Amino acid sequence: MQPITPEDIQIRIDQLAGQDLYVHLELTTGAYASHLDSTRHPASAFISNAAVRYTQGSISGTGPYRVGLKTTQGWIYAEGLTHVDETEKERLILAGHDSQGKLIVALQLSRETF
Amino acid sequence: MKNQQTEHQRILVVFPHPDDEAFAASGTLAMYIDSGAQVTYACLTLGEMGRNMGIPPFASRVTLPAIRKEELAASCLAIGIQDLRMLGFHDKMIEFEDQQRLDNEIMALLQELRPSLVITFYPGYSVHPDHDATGAAVIRTVGRLPAAERPLVHCVAFASNHERAIGKADVIVDVTAFLEQKMASIRAHRSQFQAAELVGNQELTDEEIRARFGTEPFWTYRFD
Repeated sequence: MQPITPEDIQIRIDQLAGQDLYVHLELTTGAYASHLDSTRHPASAFISNAAVRYTQGSISGTGPYRVGLKTTQGWIYAEGLTHVDETEKERLILAGHDSQGKLIVALQLSRETF
Repeated sequence: MKNQQTEHQRILVVFPHPDDEAFAASGTLAMYIDSGAQVTYACLTLGEMGRNMGIPPFASRVTLPAIRKEELAASCLAIGIQDLRMLGFHDKMIEFEDQQRLDNEIMALLQELRPSLVITFYPGYSVHPDHDATGAAVIRTVGRLPAAERPLVHCVAFASNHERAIGKADVIVDVTAFLEQKMASIRAHRSQFQAAELVGNQELTDEEIRARFGTEPFWTYRFD
């Protein structure tokens, strides 16, 4: 994974617009969140391989970054993105890691299922 | 207590995540294997929803399953586990899985291997929903065997309230003689073990390692 360069991500978002895609969207504080600190709230959500198509999308912010994708019927949104898998050419694999390197948020788009 | 080293020759371990074996039972397993035991580790998932991605992150949601699969194999090699079964369930989803399918897979292993000892998580006292669901499936399935055919079940528990509910561990295994295998098993999980709450990236002294990892507690599950 490499730190995000927003200009590169914008190009990739534009390349994937207007076609049938699968999305993996995830946000998590981790299953151990409240075990280690009872004041914390354990919250997680993910949806994998939901079929989507977006008409426009962009990356925003100064880092960590936000991505918003306007789908045919609604929106997809992720905040806190820091890294991209730079080896992926077809799929867009974005993630947000905290100061300890733990994954907090993931947004992934692909023409094929994950 | 009976002589643990020679008591069990066939052991089945059932945990949901690669690295559960490293922290919970690797020293105990290395000890039994040293005495000639055959160990099968049924690992339910590939830990593909884990949050630790290395520092700096070298894994993504897409690459993590393959990375953790390799780490799991390396950990088993370090412990000496002869038979690793990766059951292919989805990380985080064990409690939502088709219970019949889950129980059938565990029953098939019990019938094939006829272990005298099964090691798993104590349902309800193991913090992660996958841990609790895995332990519950094992207890359910072993409980279906006639009492005379049931293997001993040793459970791992670490929820903050566990001692109040289930008392102190009745089996405490001294694994100081097998810390080399245990630390190699932990270190094999490279994408996980840098996490500050586990080992961190600091070098621990031998004394710290003995204090922190030298014993492995288990609770014998009472089926009656």
